[in-house]
Amino acid sequence: MLELYILLIFMIIAAVVAVEVKDLLSSVIAVGAVGLGLCITFLVLKAPDVAITQLVVEILALIILIRATLKKDLPFSTTGRWFLNTLITLVFVAAFLSVAVYALRDLPPFGEPLMRVAKTYLKEGLSETGAANLVGSVILDYRAYDTLGEATVLFTAVIGVLTLVRKVGRKKEAAVAREESDE
Amino acid sequence: MSREHEQGMSVIVKTITRLTVGLILLYGIYILVHGHISPGGGFPGGIIIALSFIHLMLAYGKDAALKKLPRYVTSFLEGFGALMFLAIALLGFSGGYFFLNFISKGEPFKLFSAGTILLSNLAISLKVGAGLFAIFVALILFRFDDEGEEE
Amino acid sequence: MIVYLLCLLLFCVGLYCILRKRNIIKIIVGVIIAEYAVNLLFILVAYRRGGRAPLHSPDAVIENMVDALPQALVLTSIVISLASTALLIAIAMRIYQKYRTFDITKIRELRG
Repeated sequence: MLELYILLIFMIIAAVVAVEVKDLLSSVIAVGAVGLGLCITFLVLKAPDVAITQLVVEILALIILIRATLKKDLPFSTTGRWFLNTLITLVFVAAFLSVAVYALRDLPPFGEPLMRVAKTYLKEGLSETGAANLVGSVILDYRAYDTLGEATVLFTAVIGVLTLVRKVGRKKEAAVAREESDE
Repeated sequence: MSREHEQGMSVIVKTITRLTVGLILLYGIYILVHGHISPGGGFPGGIIIALSFIHLMLAYGKDAALKKLPRYVTSFLEGFGALMFLAIALLGFSGGYFFLNFISKGEPFKLFSAGTILLSNLAISLKVGAGLFAIFVALILFRFDDEGEEE
Repeated sequence: MIVYLLCLLLFCVGLYCILRKRNIIKIIVGVIIAEYAVNLLFILVAYRRGGRAPLHSPDAVIENMVDALPQALVLTSIVISLASTALLIAIAMRIYQKYRTFDITKIRELRG
């Protein structure tokens, strides 16, 4: 499992670069490096469905993020109580990390999952649903209600974006005419 | 001819786009309909289909892409995907319960097998693809006031 | 065990970014990194030593597949995270249009 460690350390380094670099465009591209490393990690961990989805989602997210940061390389101030703020943040992160490590003991050890429910899915999946891809059979047959909720969340997010981006206030007549001629 | 070259990127990018955009769309459809026998399914298939239109939009400018897929078609497909998924769920009541796989399972490892999973994949991909394309168009065409005319 | 710790470290990088940085785009970057770490933790829990991908083959009988349930949950969560990222970016662009800055300390209405 050496490649897993290498990929995880690469992702952590890329994440630190994304957090600490001054230029916003470089930061966004470093996030893209983290996402593509995550995609290869999913492949190593034997999850091809998730890897394909992560790859295409990463590309789309990168395009949207670059659009948001284009032409706006604004310097931001780091004056003020720099030392105190960093100290408080680091103490909080350290407290979170210690509690998380304590909680990590209850997880099953790496490589030996508890498969109480999944055992049934893996054994009966092909005969009960007829789908060779067991992830697909879990998503759209055994747990399709979950996917219906996901579709609702996605619909809400789309409506939220379209509401935020719309033009506020009453349109002038000329603007309306110009838009109609545009479309 | 000269009008065509005003919007979008250079001639090289447009030529490559014309050659590859159909292949990308076809690959998305392949990923989509083989979702129950190979890795893939509705989510990545829908996003790849949306990405092919986004590719067209980035290379040729917004007019060419919006002529192929106008906004009312996008919103119609979004609503149609959601209603189709809900209708598949409700049709399960004909046999007993919500989301029952009511069509016959067929022979495994064939394209037309697995009952409602193929139809659900189609519905999910319509919903995801149309929704993400709508988000993309809204965010790309959003103008900051100081940027003026771009694209 | 060390793999879980590295994954938590990735989450902590994102958490530090959310808490410390003042630029809104940097905060969105931190949220994205934290989402990646959570998705990765689910897939790590699902992994089985020497396992195979959860796909049946017509020729061979495949034993010891990895756990398919967390993979299905993560598949939906990735698409939701993309939509929520787009929502955050839309809010950030609106804030930039109104206040002409991405720095959250310069925005007067947010100051407590």
